[in-house]
Amino acid sequence: MDLNVLRSYIPLYNEALLLTLKTGLLGILTAFAIGLSGAAAIYFNVPVVKKVLGIYIELFRNTPLLVQLFFIYFALPKLGLRISAETCGILGLGLIGGAYMIETMRSGLFSIDRVQSESALSLGMTDRQVFFHIILPQAFSVSMPGIMANVIFLLKETSVFSTISLMDLMFTAKDLIGMYAKTIECLFLLVIYYLIMLLPVSILGSIIERRVRYAEFGD
Amino acid sequence: MSELVKVKHLHKEYGRNVVLKDINLSVKKGEVVVIIGPSGCGKSTFLRCLNGLEEIQGGVITVDGLPVEPEKKDISNIRQKIGMVFQSYDLFPHKTVIENAILAPILVQKRIRDDVVREALELLDKVGLADKKDYYPRQLSGGQKQRVAIVRALLMHPDVLLFDEVTAALDPEMVHEVLQTMQELAKTGSTMIIVTHEMAFAKAVADRIVFFDQGEIVEEARDVKKFFEEPETERAKRFLKTFAYE
Repeated sequence: MDLNVLRSYIPLYNEALLLTLKTGLLGILTAFAIGLSGAAAIYFNVPVVKKVLGIYIELFRNTPLLVQLFFIYFALPKLGLRISAETCGILGLGLIGGAYMIETMRSGLFSIDRVQSESALSLGMTDRQVFFHIILPQAFSVSMPGIMANVIFLLKETSVFSTISLMDLMFTAKDLIGMYAKTIECLFLLVIYYLIMLLPVSILGSIIERRVRYAEFGD
Repeated sequence: MSELVKVKHLHKEYGRNVVLKDINLSVKKGEVVVIIGPSGCGKSTFLRCLNGLEEIQGGVITVDGLPVEPEKKDISNIRQKIGMVFQSYDLFPHKTVIENAILAPILVQKRIRDDVVREALELLDKVGLADKKDYYPRQLSGGQKQRVAIVRALLMHPDVLLFDEVTAALDPEMVHEVLQTMQELAKTGSTMIIVTHEMAFAKAVADRIVFFDQGEIVEEARDVKKFFEEPETERAKRFLKTFAYE
């Protein structure tokens, strides 16, 4: 392995890392927003929305992200909708992640015993207060391990972005290999950079998880 | 005497299954009414109707003159007048004892936090749990949890308190401490409607016994002692017999 090669590639990898993190985090935020509102809609049994979400979840969980990205990137412009590769990546990640997040949060919401909302209601709380103060916080601590697993899964899924020419880590590595054929160095850096990105997220995740779950489940 | 809770011709059914038939009952301020009856007789459902947790198919329920109607918007205002303690698992597990107690008075009644905390600590002290104020429910015994639930209900300053088999899920040695708390409450003149299987407690605390069977009130007795010695109806006699070993 050539150290000089490694050193010269680092700025490119740094840039790619930033892009990966940016699109990844924005995608995850989108997924989270979809997940929360979708799960709430299912929880409150909103008639038509519930059906639509069912179809959405099945569609996005049962097709690969790669196919979804191709569809968004190549098919949508044909329908007259033109979006940048970056937006496309964020949207794709948000949509597949949203489907997973809905399922994770939904199971959390439905795991809360009915007497919880009944005792909150009997204290004079409104439905909205019951949801935000009683049900949601508990559902979060139940769903937290699943949410964290989704976050890490989604960050790794960003590697698919390279297929729509988004200059993420994967793309940068493949590109450099193609140009200079320093395969070992490029792949080595690729592994290191994914670890740099994901290890802190993992650690942060378990800290948050412990925090959120302490009240109900102890250490 | 003013009648605080009034129930007229209450009818409740789940589909074709009629669970409450033409229930009429009124409870005066300061009265302690104990409802007893076999399992599945509708007594818990009746309590749940009183604070609008169940929709009813007929009749009228009023608390302090206001109708209890679950689908109406102001139901939460009426529920503030009605405290309820459930069989179990009704403390909020993600909040500490003190947070459980003060949440609704602050959130719902918009009372000043410091005042509510002070009052909560006084009440917790009365039930012997002041030192547990920062504990989470999972760190408490069943009996302690139920006493916190009672404190939480009291902090809302309700006009009437409903107790739905609050000792049914407890170990025998925990039952006593909870019943004692309730008995002290009764002495202070609180209006209470209690569903219980603890006959000795019912005898000690009740101003009036209401015996439910198969969804209707079979017997109502103001002479509590007499009811337990010689009930008027055959069904009540049979029911009371199941508690005696011979």
